[in-house]
Amino acid sequence: MQNHYPLWKNLLVLIVFAVGIIYALPNLYGDDPSVQVSSTHPAKLVQEQANKIESAIKTAGFNVKAFEFKDGRILARFNSADDQLKAADLLRDQMSDDYNVALNLAPTTPAWLRALGADAMYLGLDLRGGVHFLLEVDMDAAAKQAEERYNDDVRLALRNEKIRYQSVLKDNGFIKVKLTSADDKPALLKLLAKDFRTLEVTEPKEQDQVWLTLSEKEVRDIKKFAVAQNMTTLRNRVNELGVAEPVIQQQGENRIMVQLPGVQDTTRAKEILGTTATLEYRLVDVEHDVQKAVEGHVPVGSRLYTERNGNPILLDRRVIVTGDQIVDSSSGVDQDGRPSVNISLNGVGAAKMGKLTQANIGKPMAVVFIEYKVETKVVNGQKVRHKEKVEKVINVATIQGVFSHRFQTTGLDSPQEARNLSLLLRAGALAAPVDIVEERTVGPSLGQDNIDKGMLSFVVGFALVVLFMAVYYRLFGMIANFALAFNVVIVVAILSMLQATLTLPGIAGIILTVGMSVDANVLIFERIKEELKNGNTPQSAIFIGYEKAFATILDSHFTNLVVAVVLFAYGTGSVKGFAVTLIIGILSSMFTAITGTRMVINWIYGNRRVEKLSI
Amino acid sequence: MFKKDINFIGNRNKALIFSGILTIISIGSLAIHGLKMGIDFTGGTLIEVGYQKTADLTVLRNTLDAEGFSDATVQNFGTAKDVLIRLKPQEGVSNVELSAKVLEAINKNTAEPASVRRVEFVGPQVGDDLAEDGFLALLYSTICILIYVAWRFEWKFSVGAIIATLHDVIVTLGLFSVLGLEFDLTVLAAVLALIGYSLNDTIVVYDRIRENFRALRNKSTEEIMNISVNVTLSRTIMTSLTVLLVLVSLFFLGGEVIHNFSIVLLFGVFFGTYSSIFIASPAALLLGLSAEDLMIPVKEGAELDTRP
Repeated sequence: MQNHYPLWKNLLVLIVFAVGIIYALPNLYGDDPSVQVSSTHPAKLVQEQANKIESAIKTAGFNVKAFEFKDGRILARFNSADDQLKAADLLRDQMSDDYNVALNLAPTTPAWLRALGADAMYLGLDLRGGVHFLLEVDMDAAAKQAEERYNDDVRLALRNEKIRYQSVLKDNGFIKVKLTSADDKPALLKLLAKDFRTLEVTEPKEQDQVWLTLSEKEVRDIKKFAVAQNMTTLRNRVNELGVAEPVIQQQGENRIMVQLPGVQDTTRAKEILGTTATLEYRLVDVEHDVQKAVEGHVPVGSRLYTERNGNPILLDRRVIVTGDQIVDSSSGVDQDGRPSVNISLNGVGAAKMGKLTQANIGKPMAVVFIEYKVETKVVNGQKVRHKEKVEKVINVATIQGVFSHRFQTTGLDSPQEARNLSLLLRAGALAAPVDIVEERTVGPSLGQDNIDKGMLSFVVGFALVVLFMAVYYRLFGMIANFALAFNVVIVVAILSMLQATLTLPGIAGIILTVGMSVDANVLIFERIKEELKNGNTPQSAIFIGYEKAFATILDSHFTNLVVAVVLFAYGTGSVKGFAVTLIIGILSSMFTAITGTRMVINWIYGNRRVEKLSI
Repeated sequence: MFKKDINFIGNRNKALIFSGILTIISIGSLAIHGLKMGIDFTGGTLIEVGYQKTADLTVLRNTLDAEGFSDATVQNFGTAKDVLIRLKPQEGVSNVELSAKVLEAINKNTAEPASVRRVEFVGPQVGDDLAEDGFLALLYSTICILIYVAWRFEWKFSVGAIIATLHDVIVTLGLFSVLGLEFDLTVLAAVLALIGYSLNDTIVVYDRIRENFRALRNKSTEEIMNISVNVTLSRTIMTSLTVLLVLVSLFFLGGEVIHNFSIVLLFGVFFGTYSSIFIASPAALLLGLSAEDLMIPVKEGAELDTRP
């Protein structure tokens, strides 16, 4: 019995077809412009808050399409993007820092499809608009910072262990410890072996010295940790910015990709992502003369800073509290209406702060605002990375009473600055400075344009191929067209299942797949024609045609696949998206163009006498 | 539809000379003019802005010149209302702030501010990396193909396929060089897709040559090649036509962003088709391919042939 498929094969094709349609279906439903409100704190929103927000939107006269409250998040769907933007502005104005208002495109996939796990493809930034950043983590700075930390730690340990030293200094990649007396060296070595195992110890010929370096493994770990820590911080910051569905991924060894769909205010985004801002609290050195320090005689225990108004000021070298001890912060105004940041400290910080304020009532304390700025500039044709640590004393105030956990800091230039600083403090500091090495912004109008153009060229290209195949191969051509449609459905379904990102080159990839996937059918049909010419009966021509073409299809498609895989491995961003569609397209076209068409042809011609084929 | 007895292989010298000249012109142009690399590879800033009315490029240029962006290139993009501004990595200016400064400059003295459609900034380091990755992708795909074809067929086929494919790539790059079209990441993707396509075409012909070597034992290598090219001719042309149809649609309707991508493939598919007919087989012939190379029964084809 020639040209007959067993039941299981028929079922297989039909099931794949059905599953493909189900999973491709969500893409036909559009998106609702919507506003998402969530809490900036770990606590989730409750029903009461949701009701309040709902009535706020409704009393403002907005036409809300649907209002959803799920998982402690509120989603308000609107009929137009205009309403969405206005409502978001309204909510941002009305609500405090505790709420996060983000624009979102909520899919309108029906519940029964979502229950099956079917979701629409994720649209890339070139289709929905938004910003893409590639940030490079400054690894050397991370290592340098660690060295500095060790330097301080070693000094502190020496003091605690009562080992007398002349100096602990960073020099030439070494931390050089110079002891007061060489007799203390064994004690020092013991201390190092106990508490500083990650440091490598060198003993120079000077008997009273020990030189320390960070081990290679330690440096590697520090760098790895810096990237991981930065990812966490960036994620926090992006959440604070109020972006729905951000993408934050590590790329390569030291780069982090951040994609913020829908964000248009790139300046603010860059400011928030790129800065390493933190606060330090130090006591003011009132014992020494500032003027002398400016002339170059800075006292040993102090450091020279500059106030906002440009006046020099001497501060104690020791830090009371640093940014990492801050657990929460919010912005507001103080009694006099000046912008302020409210700070909450963790236990350690609070204890230190409490002890210090108690001992120093009546003395001045300074708040130092520290910002790292990294810029790459081109000077004389050379790329120069310029790192700048900006330290400003933003506030000096007399300690009026004892405080520990919660207190307020003023002295900021504007409410915006206060908001940014509190956001940065809340989100945590970057472990190492980052540098924006790539930025791509796509406006929303261009995104929609790209979707429209992509769809139009797809529809037209598809129609042209369908017409051409139907005219040239008649009934067989129509069957190939069915396989072609089937193929597109499967490609879209698989992309949706993988939750792959659809980009413009991705659409081009699907279109290209349409053109190429008929290749298998052309190969088969030409072979069948040839067999007919050789005098075979229609039935055996079909049989032999498929059989002989199969080996050819396998070889030719496989080489194509190899190239697509290499493209995938070395491509970045949208090029990867193109490669993915190409790979899926090549594989699924082998199934649809061979097994799919064969099934239909068997239904039509199988098991009966056939005089002539419509080919 | 297509005549089946064209003497392709007999006329191989004409094709080889034609392709040789094309290749030399292409390499010459690439050596002299080089490729106009997009900011993906060179680094720099690109800003696309849209206006309600036709944009006055001269005014824009003068404004940018006056504001100190004298090396900015300004041109229309797609329509007369859209403008593309390109800037090289700037001396002494941070790239992060550059786009904001340019926008401020062009919106300073106009009644109607431009709407930003797209901003791209690529740092020099990233550009270098992308270029390196692109080159590696080309290299590795070539090596993979060499190995695969040598394994499935024979090394002379393998080298022939590479010659035909590289010919297509070089000629396409040559076109970009001669016309001064911009070479960016999507164009690179298109070039790699082209490699896949061109090979696919070549392999179909080779496959038939291999089959005929075993079936038609009393014919010469040249005759067998000619028969094989002829019988696969209608398939080669049909597939190219369907691909060209979708590419034409992409070229005219896909928008400016995808324009150069379509050009690579339109041109490349045309040459890919040409090379698999005129270059791939003669190349294998010149390498001394003969029936003996394939006479040893190739086992791996056997089990595959029994599958439907």
